[in-house]
Amino acid sequence: MTDAILSIRNALKTYGETNALDHVDLDVAEGEFLTLLGPSGSGKTTLLTAVAGFTQLTAGTVSMRGANITSLPPEKRGFGMVFQGYALFPTMTVGQNVGFPLKVRGVGKAEIRDRVKECLDLVQMAAFADRMPSQLSGGQQQRVALARALSFRPQVLLLDEPLSALDKKLRADLQWELKALHEKLGVTFIYVTHDQEEALSMSDRIVILSGGKIQQAGDPETLYNRPRTGFVANFLGKSNFADAKVLAHLPGAAACDLGGAAVEIDSPAPPPVGTTARVALRPERIVLGAAGGPGVPGRVAQISYLGERAQLIVETDTLGPLLVSRPTWKAGIHPERDLPVTLTWDRDACVFLEEA
Amino acid sequence: MQTDKTRYWLLAAPALAVMIVFYIWPLVNIWAISMTEPALGFGNYVKMTESQAVQTSFVITFRVAALTTVICVLLGYICAYSITNVIRSARPLLIAMVLLPFWVSVLIRSFAWIVLLGRSGLVNDAMRDIGLIDAPMRLMHNEFGVVLAMVHVMLPFAVLPMMANMRGIDRAYTEAARGLGASEFTAFRMVYLPQTLPGVASGALLVFVLSLGFYITPALLGGGRVLMVSEYITYQIQEFLNWGLGTAISVALLVATALVLIVAARFVNLRSALLERS
Repeated sequence: MTDAILSIRNALKTYGETNALDHVDLDVAEGEFLTLLGPSGSGKTTLLTAVAGFTQLTAGTVSMRGANITSLPPEKRGFGMVFQGYALFPTMTVGQNVGFPLKVRGVGKAEIRDRVKECLDLVQMAAFADRMPSQLSGGQQQRVALARALSFRPQVLLLDEPLSALDKKLRADLQWELKALHEKLGVTFIYVTHDQEEALSMSDRIVILSGGKIQQAGDPETLYNRPRTGFVANFLGKSNFADAKVLAHLPGAAACDLGGAAVEIDSPAPPPVGTTARVALRPERIVLGAAGGPGVPGRVAQISYLGERAQLIVETDTLGPLLVSRPTWKAGIHPERDLPVTLTWDRDACVFLEEA
Repeated sequence: MQTDKTRYWLLAAPALAVMIVFYIWPLVNIWAISMTEPALGFGNYVKMTESQAVQTSFVITFRVAALTTVICVLLGYICAYSITNVIRSARPLLIAMVLLPFWVSVLIRSFAWIVLLGRSGLVNDAMRDIGLIDAPMRLMHNEFGVVLAMVHVMLPFAVLPMMANMRGIDRAYTEAARGLGASEFTAFRMVYLPQTLPGVASGALLVFVLSLGFYITPALLGGGRVLMVSEYITYQIQEFLNWGLGTAISVALLVATALVLIVAARFVNLRSALLERS
C-alpha cells in the first residue's frame, strides 16, 4: 500500500507460551478510521500498545511513513492517545491537561493558551478550562481526554476503548461526535474496542482479531455481509450456522444440499463440488411464513421482544434451532409459541465460510 | 434505654480514663508547676526566654529535626518509589526490611550506633587498619552522629506514608504522560511527583514532629554535647531539681510543636496526613 501512514510487519509478541500477537501484518491508510475489534485476550490492545510504544514486540516492525519506529520510546512517536479510563492528570486543571502535550514540546505560553481554547472548543468544553478533572462527569472527562490527545495536532490518534466506561446513551452520542471529529480533522484514528456496534457505526475499516491473529479486515458492510470465518460471522452480529453439501457450480453460485433441501447459494468462488462447507445465515435474513408454504418447516420455540425487533428461536427438523430476527411492525403472521411456520431466505443470504 | 451514642462512649471509657488519669492530669500538673514553682507567676518563662542555653537548645533541636526530616524524606522517597514502582517481585521482603527496625528497641539501635561510631568503634578501627586515617575521626558526640542515628530511627515514618500514597497512584498517569510526548523524567516531574506531594507532606510532618521531642538517640549519640530540648529538660529536673524551669521549657516545646502543626495545617490536610494511613 503506498498511502500507508503506518505499517506493521510480522508483529509477534509472546508472553511465556502464549502469543498475544501472532505474526500480524497491517497497513493503516492516511486519514482512515481503523478499528481493532476483538474479544478480551484477542491481542487488540497489545497491537495498539505496540504501535504506541508501550509494548516491545518480540519480533516484527512498526514503521511510520516508511521510517522504522519499532524501538522508539512512546514519547518520540508523536501519536495522540486517549486512554481507557481517560488518565486525566488529577493535579492539573482541564486547561493544563489539554496544554500538557504542548508544554512538554516547549510551545510558548501564548500559543498554548490559544490552542487549548481551540481544542476545548472543538469538544464543547471551553467553559470548563479551570475546573479540576475530578469535578467533571465521565462524558466530560472523555471530551477533555480527546482534546488533550489532539492539542498538539498529531497525525495519528490512538484510542484505547475510550467509551467503555460510559453508559449506553452517552456512548451513542459520543460515537457521532467522534465520527464527526474524525471527518473534520482528517487525522488517522486507530480505535480499539470490544463493542461490535461501536466498531460498525464509526469505522472506515474494521480489523477483527482473535487469538492474536487477524481474522478478517474490511469495511463494516463487507465484514457484516461476507464474513470469512465462523468467528467473524458470530462476533460481528449473530449468525446461524449449517452444513451445505456442494452439488454443482452455477455462474456466480452453487447448487447445494442444505439439510435435505436443494437450494442455490450465491458465491463468487464456491467450494469444490462434492465437499461440505459451513454456511452462515443472518437471523434478520430469514423470512417467517405461514405453515405449509415452500421452505423449511419449523415451530416457534421461544420469543424475545426487543421493541423494534423480536427475536425468535424456531425449531426446525432439518437444520436444528434457528435464530430469527424480525421487525415487530411487520404485518402478516403474529408469531407466538408453538406456532408452526415456514422459513425462507434469499439466495444471497447464505455465506460460505472458510474452515477456521 | 441507652442510645447508641452513649454505648459507644462507654466502650471508649476505659481507655479515656487511663488517658485522663495518667496523661492529661500529669500534663495539667506540669503546667501548674511551671507557674507556681518556686513562686507564683511567669517567672520561669521570663528566665527561660532570657537563658542563652535554652535558646541554643531550641535552635539545635529545630536544626537537627529539620536536617533529619530532609534526609528522611529524600531517602524515604527513593525507597518508597522503588518498592512501589520498580521492584515488584521483592516488595513483601522490602516492606519487611522497612518495618524490621520497628521491632528492635530504639535503645538497642542507639547503642549499636555507638559501637559503630565510637572513637575505637568499628568504623574508625576499620578505616585506621586500612590506612585511610591516622587518628580516629569524630563520628559521634556531635550533630553528625545524632542526625545519622535519628535518620535511621525515623526513616520508616517517612517511608510508610509515602508508600501508602504512591500505591494509590495509577501507573496509567505516567504512561499517559509519555504517550503524550513527555520523557520519562518529565512525566515523573510533572505528573507523578505532584501526586505524591501529600504523601511527602505527611511523611515530613510525622518525622519532624517526632524528632522535635526525641530523647534517647540524641542523648546517647550526642553525649551531652548536642543538647536537644528534651534532654535539656531532663537535666533541669534530674540534675538540678529545677522543676519550675524544666516544666516551663516542656510547655514551650509542646507549644512549639503545636505551632508547627497549626502552620502545617495551612498547607497539608492533617486529617489525611496523620490519621488515614491506608
